[in-house]
Amino acid sequence: MAEIKDKKLVEMYQKMLEIRYFEEAAMKLFQAGKLPGFLHSYLGEEAVAVGVCSALKKDDYVTSTHRGHGHVIAKGARLDKMMAELFAKKTGYCKGKGGSMHIADFSIGIVGATGIVGSGIPVATGVALACKMRRSGQVVACFFGDGASNTGAFHEGLNLASVWDLPVIFVCENNQYAESTPQREHQKIKDVSIRAISYGIPGLNVDGNDVVAVFNAARKAVERAREGEGPTLIECKTYRWMGHYIGDPAYYRSKGEVEGWKKKCPIKRLRKRLVEEKVLSEDETAQIEEDVKAKIKKAISFAENSPDPLPEDALKDIFA
Amino acid sequence: MREITYREAIREALREEMRRDESVFLIGEDIAEFGGSYKVTLGLVEEFGKERVRNTPISESAIIGAAVGAAIAGMRPVAEIMYVDFTTLAMDQIVNQAAKIRYMTGGQVKVPLVIRTQGGGGRSAAAHHSQSLEAWFFHVPGLKVVMPSTPYDAKGLLKAAIRDDNPVIFIEHKLLYAEKGDVPEEDYLVPIGKANVKREGEDITIVASSFMVKKALLAAEELDKEGISMEVVDLRTLSPLDKSIIFSSVRKTGKLLIVHEACEQGGIGGEIVAEVLKEIFDYLDAPIERLAAKNTPVPFAPNLERFVIPQVEDITAKVKEILK
Repeated sequence: MAEIKDKKLVEMYQKMLEIRYFEEAAMKLFQAGKLPGFLHSYLGEEAVAVGVCSALKKDDYVTSTHRGHGHVIAKGARLDKMMAELFAKKTGYCKGKGGSMHIADFSIGIVGATGIVGSGIPVATGVALACKMRRSGQVVACFFGDGASNTGAFHEGLNLASVWDLPVIFVCENNQYAESTPQREHQKIKDVSIRAISYGIPGLNVDGNDVVAVFNAARKAVERAREGEGPTLIECKTYRWMGHYIGDPAYYRSKGEVEGWKKKCPIKRLRKRLVEEKVLSEDETAQIEEDVKAKIKKAISFAENSPDPLPEDALKDIFA
Repeated sequence: MREITYREAIREALREEMRRDESVFLIGEDIAEFGGSYKVTLGLVEEFGKERVRNTPISESAIIGAAVGAAIAGMRPVAEIMYVDFTTLAMDQIVNQAAKIRYMTGGQVKVPLVIRTQGGGGRSAAAHHSQSLEAWFFHVPGLKVVMPSTPYDAKGLLKAAIRDDNPVIFIEHKLLYAEKGDVPEEDYLVPIGKANVKREGEDITIVASSFMVKKALLAAEELDKEGISMEVVDLRTLSPLDKSIIFSSVRKTGKLLIVHEACEQGGIGGEIVAEVLKEIFDYLDAPIERLAAKNTPVPFAPNLERFVIPQVEDITAKVKEILK
C-alpha cells in the first residue's frame, strides 16, 4: 500500500483537532445551559472518524449516529452550520429541526445521523445499493457502535449488503460501552469484527486510537468496495472519554480505566509522530491549534448571532 | 374499455413506470421468478432482470431501510412487504427513517419511496396474515397512505405514488386481486389525496375504502330494491384525507356511516367523525355511526372471521337502523 503523504497526515491532525475543540466547546456551552436537548460527546474517538473519512472522496457517503459530530466534521461539514444546529438556530444544518444527533449535509454525502441505535445500517446499505445500481463508483461508510452490533438491523443490513456485494464499509466504533453496559455484559465475543465471518466478508480489527491504522484499513475496504467486491466490517477499538451523554457521571466505570485510555490519546499520538518525523515543528503545531480554536470561536459567534426558527417553520419540510 | 384484474392493473402500473424511468426498481421477498406471494410482480423479472426486480432475504427491516437509503441517493424504489402484518418488523425504518429524514434534515432531501403491501381478512389466514393496520401509518406525519378499491384506481394511484417524491404506503387487499374492472391501456394518473363518489345517492353517505367499498356498493344495490338511496364515497387515499368530498356528500344526505375493516378502536373512522362534527355539525340529521371490525384479533375459523369483519348484511342492517 502506498505511503501516506505528509500533507495527508497534517490534514488528519487538523481534522482531529477540529473535532476535539468542537466537542470541548460544545460541552462547555451545554453545561452553561446554552444548548437544548442531549449531547453525546465524541471526545477520545477522533481517530476513527478521521481515519475512515480520510479514505473517502468528497462525493462518497457517510451515515452517522447519535454520537456523530466527529463523523460529520471528518467528512467536511461546516462548523458554523453545525454549531448553529446545536444552538437550535434557523441557520443550522437542519434549520433547528434535527439538533446535535441529526446533522446532515447531503451536498457532501452526509446522508443523516440516526437517533435509533443500529437503524442507520440498513439505510447505508440502501445508499450503497443506489451507488451500485447507478454505477457511480461511490462508496458508503456506515458508522455505528458496539451496542448497535447487537441489533437485528446490524444483522439484516450486513447480510443484505454482503449477499449483494454492495460498496459499503461498516465501521464499528467499539468504545467499550453500550450506553452504560460494558461489552462483556452485552456480547459473548471480544471482537465484533469476527461477526464478518457470518456474512462471508473481511473483518478487520484495528487500534481505533491510531489514525494511520484506521486510515490504512479504511483504504483497503474502500478499494475493495470500489472494485465491486463488496462490504468490509472494520472494528476500531477505542474509548469514549465522557459518559454516554454530557451530564452522565459514568459511575459504571473506574477512574483508572478512563485515565488509562486518556494516556492513549489519538491526537497526542499523531502530534508526537509529526514532530518526531519533523513533518511539523512545535511552532507549526501550535499555529494549527490556534487556527482551529479561532475557527471554533467563529462558529460559536455565528451560531449565537443567528435567528431562531419561526414557530410556523415547524409546519414546513414534512412533505416534498 | 378493456377489463383487467386489480392484480394485473398493479403489475401494469409497475411495468409502465419501470419502462418510463430507469431509477424505478422493485425490492422485496420472492418477487422475482416466484412473482410475489400474490403474483403481482409475475413476469416483471423477465423484462427488467434481477437487477431491477430484487429478491431479498426475509429481512423486512433491511428491505425498507435499503429502500429508504436508495431513495435518498437518487433511486425510486418500490418495496414490497408481503403482508401488512409484516410491516411490524420494519416499523422503525418506516416511522423513524422514511417518514422523518426529510423533516429532521430541514428539508434537504426527498424520499421517493413506495411501500406496496396487502392486508385484510376473509381467507381464514388468522391474525398474522389478515390485519388492517392502515391507522398506524395514518397517524405518522410524513407518510401518505393509499388504499385503492378498483383496478382503475389501483393502476392510476400506484403510478402517482411512484412519481410522488414522498414515502407512500400503498395497501392492497388480498380479496381484490381477482376483481375485474375497466382499465385504460394508456398512461393515466389518479391523484393522491382525492376521494371519489363511487355511487351517487340521496339518503345516506357511506365512507369506505379498499374492499369495504365493494361491500358498500353491494349493500347499496340491495337497499336500492327497498327504495333506499345510498351514496358511497371511496376514500382511495387515507392520508392526506380528502375531507371536502366527505363534507359535500354529508351536506347533501345529512347522514353518515363510516365503514372500515380495521378494528373500531383507534381506526380512521374516529378521525372522520371528529372532522365532520367540527366542520358541518349543523348538516347532520342523525348521529354519525361507525361500522368496523370488532376490537379483537382476526380469528381463524371462517364463521368467527365473518362475525368480526363487517359484511354486506351488517352494512344494510346498520343503514336501515340509522334511517329508521
